[in-house]
Amino acid sequence: MSHTNGQLLEIRDLRTYFETEDGIVKAVDGVTFSLRRGETLGIVGESGSGKSVTNLSIIRLIPDPPGKIVSGQVFFNGQDIMLLPTEQVRRIRGRRIAMIFQDPMTSLNPFMKISKQLMEMTQLHLGHTRGQAYEHAIKMLDSVGIPAARERVESYPHEFSGGMRQRVMIAMALSCGPELLIADEPTTALDVTIQAQILELIKKLKEETGTSVILITHDLGVVAGMTDHVIVMYAGKVFEQAPTTELFSLPGNPYTKGLLRSVPDPTAEQGQLYQIPGLPPDVAHLPPGCPFAPRCELVQEVCQHEFPPLVQLTADHFSLCHFAREVYADSESKSTTN
Amino acid sequence: MSTQQTSLNETVPQQTADHVEALIAIRDLKVHFDLGGGGILDKLIGNNPVRRLVKAVDGVTIDIFSGETLGLVGESGCGKSTLGRAILRLTEPSDGQVFYRNRDLAHLSARELRKERRHLQIIFQNPYASLNPRMTIGQIVGEPLETFGLHRGKEAEEQVQLLLETVGLSKRFIKRYPHEFSGGQRQRIGIARALAVDPDFIVADEPISALDVSIQAQIMNLLEKLQREKNLTYLFISHDLRAIRHVSDRVAVMYLGKLVEIADARTIYEEPLMPYTKALISAVPVPDPRVEATRQRIVLEGDVPSPINPPAGCRFHTRCPYAIDACRKVVPQLVEIKPAHFAACIRISSQEPHIENVAPGLAPGLETGQRISSTNSAK
Repeated sequence: MSHTNGQLLEIRDLRTYFETEDGIVKAVDGVTFSLRRGETLGIVGESGSGKSVTNLSIIRLIPDPPGKIVSGQVFFNGQDIMLLPTEQVRRIRGRRIAMIFQDPMTSLNPFMKISKQLMEMTQLHLGHTRGQAYEHAIKMLDSVGIPAARERVESYPHEFSGGMRQRVMIAMALSCGPELLIADEPTTALDVTIQAQILELIKKLKEETGTSVILITHDLGVVAGMTDHVIVMYAGKVFEQAPTTELFSLPGNPYTKGLLRSVPDPTAEQGQLYQIPGLPPDVAHLPPGCPFAPRCELVQEVCQHEFPPLVQLTADHFSLCHFAREVYADSESKSTTN
Repeated sequence: MSTQQTSLNETVPQQTADHVEALIAIRDLKVHFDLGGGGILDKLIGNNPVRRLVKAVDGVTIDIFSGETLGLVGESGCGKSTLGRAILRLTEPSDGQVFYRNRDLAHLSARELRKERRHLQIIFQNPYASLNPRMTIGQIVGEPLETFGLHRGKEAEEQVQLLLETVGLSKRFIKRYPHEFSGGQRQRIGIARALAVDPDFIVADEPISALDVSIQAQIMNLLEKLQREKNLTYLFISHDLRAIRHVSDRVAVMYLGKLVEIADARTIYEEPLMPYTKALISAVPVPDPRVEATRQRIVLEGDVPSPINPPAGCRFHTRCPYAIDACRKVVPQLVEIKPAHFAACIRISSQEPHIENVAPGLAPGLETGQRISSTNSAK
């Protein structure tokens, strides 16, 4: 356990490629980040940026073929998950690293009662007897705010609403007391008022259990309210990482900056909305140089043919850009004038 | 305010400028879906002894003014898309009227309606399902021109090229098929098709919901640009309150088939009056960590009730933190609480528009000063 030094998870140079008819898609290409115990990390990016594949790679759930984790290390409590035999990875999945997905309907078995689905988890991982597992299932449902848990535990998934199903998923994910919860767009399929309920619930449970959380989302508002650190992904790469407040106030990457400006701020006067020109990149055919160059306002000659360096701006603020320092300085000057 | 109460069925929520004529005037529009039940056989078997009706849209009255964007916001199942479709009669209304240039669309014959459709168009949510995969972009955008006999042959082709350029697509795309395009580009094609017949009014039904953040901004800007250039009127339907706030002039909030609040976009956001709107606005995450850290959020209990046999009285009473006994019985009407600001809640009135200040158990909006006998009044 020499690697840990307060880190629960440390990912180094992770690369996950997919073989397609179109050629090799480098869905995740050299991703490095770490997560401290008890912390919430947000991963933002548009579709195809590699945020979900990163997290599936962490628990080695990449379908092979066509996918392949080409290289990289994933230290979880100092142990490299990539080197473990499948059998041991299986013991970590669900027990020490749990995951919840966007669509709670497709992640629950429609033919199984909720009770059975919840009991499976603790019977398998914690060696509960049927009786223990049943009581634990009720306790978990109760803790995620499902009313009359003792009766509802006998229901089937279709008898629950979308928000309730997501609660069941959270109950299931947390039932073995995992050290890390990966939530992949947990509220995207839900209505705003239900989203608020689920986010409050995740916050509350996190405080109670001390679980670390990776929250994958495309919604910058959710990131702002929920996370301590943020990673911005684009074209399979980490474009920027920083503490949440710093990322929002002092972005050091043109893509982050554009993303922040293109979300309407409901509290401000509504002028013309900033738009990032062009389309998200085709990951199978990336341009040489910076993948964001074709859409970047500040693009220079060098961006067209030279891949940008990862620039360290402060102790824990990194940006992948030839002009990271200039962008950061510009953010600073704007934040002081405001 | 009993006068307000009685006059409500005749008067219509108006914008500040009373003399502005409505382009679309919707009067007591209803769309009910019959799920069956209640027949002799059902009673005998005892399966569905009561006839079940989904009241997707249940008595909506509102004006949409020329050149404005009316935002229609609500959660899934509230009936906002059904309302949008019913205006164009893509879903048949069960009752009520939709006036467009003083003609009631809801009661036109199919032939007459077809003629009017030229002026009334729709953009759909799903850019993957709304374009025929076997037609080229040129055919898709050109089809309406042919249908309405506007342009033919070479002229039509030029028109299509012009339309593609208007929505920011290259005219080289004319021979390509929908699968060759990204979501944002497809939405542009959908917009080009809607624009082909030079309409007055466009229903935009969740036009940006399926798109990435950076592309959402592009489509919103495009819609705004087209509105300025062509003096279009939009009904912009979305569950995304930030987008609604950005594009709309006025916003109407819908809950379980009924409009519960109407005001201009800024007011709805900064000073919502109806308790549901308040909760909805407070639930929207703000992309600013400093704001998020300090703001108080109203987290509603429970889920939206089923639109099959919805709650009696105010439909929001089952989740409303301010509900009193009377809310379970009285159906609240949209009342002009402040100038051009309408809300449906019996507990507020123009004397006391803020529900936080209303004394427990009181329903000034029902009748001024009358106390409702109530044992379990709100906190």
